[in-house]
Amino acid sequence: MNDRKPPEGTGTEKPMEAQQTTAKKGKGQAALGREIQAKIGQQLRAYYDALIEPTPSRFSELVRQLDKPDSKESPE
Amino acid sequence: MSLDPALRDQMLAAVPSLRAFAISLSGNVDRADDLVQETLLRALANIQSFQPGTNMPAWLFTILRNLFRSEYRKRRREVEDSDGSYAESLKTHPEQTSHVEFKEFSAALAKLPDDQREALILVGASGFSYEEAAEICGCAVGTIKSRVNRARTRLANLLNIENPNDFGPDRATRAVLTGDDVA
Repeated sequence: MNDRKPPEGTGTEKPMEAQQTTAKKGKGQAALGREIQAKIGQQLRAYYDALIEPTPSRFSELVRQLDKPDSKESPE
Repeated sequence: MSLDPALRDQMLAAVPSLRAFAISLSGNVDRADDLVQETLLRALANIQSFQPGTNMPAWLFTILRNLFRSEYRKRRREVEDSDGSYAESLKTHPEQTSHVEFKEFSAALAKLPDDQREALILVGASGFSYEEAAEICGCAVGTIKSRVNRARTRLANLLNIENPNDFGPDRATRAVLTGDDVA
């Protein structure tokens, strides 16, 4: 899409702040900065974790029940 | 049907994440629970088609997603949770997230198109690789990558996450994070 060379340090954890300010790009629409990505990622995981926490036990009961040969009705 | 205990354990281990995925997709806890139950029943009924040693969570997620999709074609999200109201029904929230933040996030997530939302969740929260997510969704890896990108961009807008320093230069970094080709 464009010829921009990758800034150095692409593999490192932290973006280089100084570099970022010098290399501002016109369309901010598609380019999500690393901090934004990190923030979204963190919120996404927190959201998901909150959904996971109250998992009801009925599913494990269901699987265990269906798994027991004796509790199973004969399949026609 | 006597199930290999190892398979049963793999199945059970996947349930919490599977259910969280189902809630994210449907925006409705009751419906999610139905989806999970139906998924488990189908999985058990078709367990012989599962190849041991392959990815149990991915297999279950695939079944659940297909169920959701086929149902979705019949009836659109009737009970939509567009304002994140089901968040109210959750009894516990992790310490690290404020209630408000959680609500805002789930409301924003609900505004994403289904295909973007599921891609983002699979890759960003359920812990699947792009390749696995592509298999689950039955599409190309590149498609998943672009959906995830668009989902992130949209969320950033919806949530007003903005940092001027983050604009622009990081195309290559983004490519690294997302695996997207700079092309």
